[in-house]
Amino acid sequence: MTDIDPVEIKRIRWRSRRGLLELDIVLERFLANGFDQLTTDELAAYRKCLELGDNDFLDYVNGKAEVDDPELAHIIGILRAV
Amino acid sequence: MTVPVRRFDAVIVGGGGAGMRAALQLSESGLKTAVLSKVFPTRSHTVAAQGGISASLGNVQEDRWEWHMYDTVKGSDWLGDQDAIEFMCRKAPEAVIELEHFGMPFDRLENGKIYQRPFGGHTQNNGETPVQRACAAADRTGHAMLHTLYQRNVRANTQFFVEWMALDLIRDEAGDVVGVTALEMETGEVYIFHAKAVLFATGGAGRIYAASTNAFINTGDGLGMCVRAGIPLEDMEFWQFHPTGVAGAGVLITEGVRGEGGILLNANGERFMERYAPNLKDLAPRDFVARSMEQEVLEGRGCGPNKDYVLLKLDHLGPDIIKQRLPGIREIAIKFAGVDPIKEPIPVIPTCHYMMGGIPTNYRGEVVIPQGDNPEARVNGFYAAGECACASVHGANRLGTNSLLDLVVFGKSAGDSMVEFIRNEMPTWKPLPANAAERSLARISRLDNQTNGEDVTEVRTAMQRTVQARAAVFRNSENLAQGVKEIQEVAERVKRIQIKDKSKVFNTARVEALELENLIEVAVATLISADARKESRGAHAHADFQQRDDEVWMKHTLYYGDDRRLTYKPVHTKPLSVDYIPPKERTF
Ligand SMILES: Cc1cc2nc3c(=O)[nH]c(=O)nc-3n(C[C@H](O)[C@H](O)[C@H](O)COP(=O)(O)OP(=O)(O)OC[C@H]3O[C@@H](n4cnc5c(N)ncnc54)[C@H](O)[C@@H]3O)c2cc1C
Repeated sequence: MTDIDPVEIKRIRWRSRRGLLELDIVLERFLANGFDQLTTDELAAYRKCLELGDNDFLDYVNGKAEVDDPELAHIIGILRAV
Repeated sequence: MTVPVRRFDAVIVGGGGAGMRAALQLSESGLKTAVLSKVFPTRSHTVAAQGGISASLGNVQEDRWEWHMYDTVKGSDWLGDQDAIEFMCRKAPEAVIELEHFGMPFDRLENGKIYQRPFGGHTQNNGETPVQRACAAADRTGHAMLHTLYQRNVRANTQFFVEWMALDLIRDEAGDVVGVTALEMETGEVYIFHAKAVLFATGGAGRIYAASTNAFINTGDGLGMCVRAGIPLEDMEFWQFHPTGVAGAGVLITEGVRGEGGILLNANGERFMERYAPNLKDLAPRDFVARSMEQEVLEGRGCGPNKDYVLLKLDHLGPDIIKQRLPGIREIAIKFAGVDPIKEPIPVIPTCHYMMGGIPTNYRGEVVIPQGDNPEARVNGFYAAGECACASVHGANRLGTNSLLDLVVFGKSAGDSMVEFIRNEMPTWKPLPANAAERSLARISRLDNQTNGEDVTEVRTAMQRTVQARAAVFRNSENLAQGVKEIQEVAERVKRIQIKDKSKVFNTARVEALELENLIEVAVATLISADARKESRGAHAHADFQQRDDEVWMKHTLYYGDDRRLTYKPVHTKPLSVDYIPPKERTF
């Protein structure tokens, strides 16, 4: 992740604050453990997840909904395991 | 140091349901309106609301706003202001239909009308039989509301300042509100927003408790800003609890789990609800179950290393029922409690859910404070709506689905009042005081320069533990007095909090430190207000004063932060058009 703009990393950390407690908890764990090891592609996918509406995002993370976007499937897999 | 100034007719702090409804009213009137939000508006906490929004549309069963009013007054345990309650319940059908016209995708009946579902506390004919009054958009009512209002606001040219954190209220020498200071997270710069009128719609502050269903952003910023600016907070002793939040996480386990046969156990493996409610047992009303749970913990029969939770047992239902009838519960328990409920019970604890108190307003959304003989003098230029405001419609206890209603009814009403005020009384901006940004800049520079200080997370945890231990669902004199002492000690520590990261851009650590300065004001207000109220009313259940005492205590608490003093003001007993609903015993 060394080639990524550090400001962008900080922005992503703030945007991981959500409107749903469930997501806050999962993403907080993830930021503390796993986030720093993301590859550039994974980080781009994570950034895309943050654009999702909170309910859709949580349904993916909880496994309540299938992830139909192939770009997101891998990162959601990582978040499910957090 | 010069601070850049931006000018708007109206500045709204908060982009949740209440803030966006108010903003729409202003922008559509052609006023230049800014909405500041810490997060993208559609990610405000309103997104969490699933149950619905109440209105006596009578689409499924006969209903009347007068019955809705009765339920709300009763729910409030006669602490709600009856003029504001009448206003809200009367306006409810219009407000919901307006949302429908804005494009909100409500669930529908076959005849095309909005479907309404049942919800606890809503009845026909003043308590006789349950009525279906809640309008919902599947299980995403709050989400749908936010999207609908956001789209409308974009169309109306509301100017959004996303990822901006308001820091302090600016009042001039006369005490009038003339703007706010705000931090642009992207740059770390402080700005002044100069306005003819300011509205706070900053939402709740549930994060003062260790166990909370609220998202991390609910830090009571609007309340903290008020306290620092000398505006009192109303009825802060009243917080609503949900009985079954996952211990340590707060995530809600729905009532349906107990409906399907889940039972609560203490450390001895005893089904203790049989003792408290021999008939209804685990299905007794929410507040009753919550109080019984806490009683077990207080008497030393809690579970776990700290003996601070009870267990919700489901395994006897068998894996099939758990998977079929309670979808999602297993995933939630595994993910947030670390247990598989097919094999093990879920640790649960009464969990803070909603703040009934807040910034004192009237039903016009105007902030009102005591001045001379007048208990409710208007603060010129200052308005509040939504969970951060106290109109007071929820009184000592909120009825489910009445909060979303509160957002749109009082958001609109406050917006209308602001338009009127700006048009009739404030043709141009009042000058900013010379020291307008001083307090905010001092707060930030203290954070930057503090050495040998306290860690933000540690102090926040200490605050949350204290509030949880001393002012949760079940209160007594000794515990509250101890809590008042402890929370003031924590408040001293907050004055010395320190951050390691001093960078400017998107500095989350700085934001969290500033948020803690708001949370602590709410926490101190809660304990001091609760300690003083020697009765039991609604969500304030006092072991040493178990009765409601209308003679002495039918009054609103007002807490002032500068000297941590309390005063009181009367409850409004005169509705706008109907007869007063006199107090009765609250039985179910
Ligand atoms: C799990 C859950 C379920 C619920 N379900 C229901 C339900 O079904 N029906 C119902 O009626 N009620 C429900 N409620 C209650 C209801 O959702 C809330 O009371 C309501 O959504 C609050 O809306 P609001 O507009 O006041 O604030 P919020 O939606 O919380 O918005 C606050 C806004 O203020 C902004 N903000 C805060 N501080 C600052 C600052 N310093 N600077 C800039 N911006 C700031 C935030 O960014 C946000 O935009 C539920 C609550 C919870 C926790």
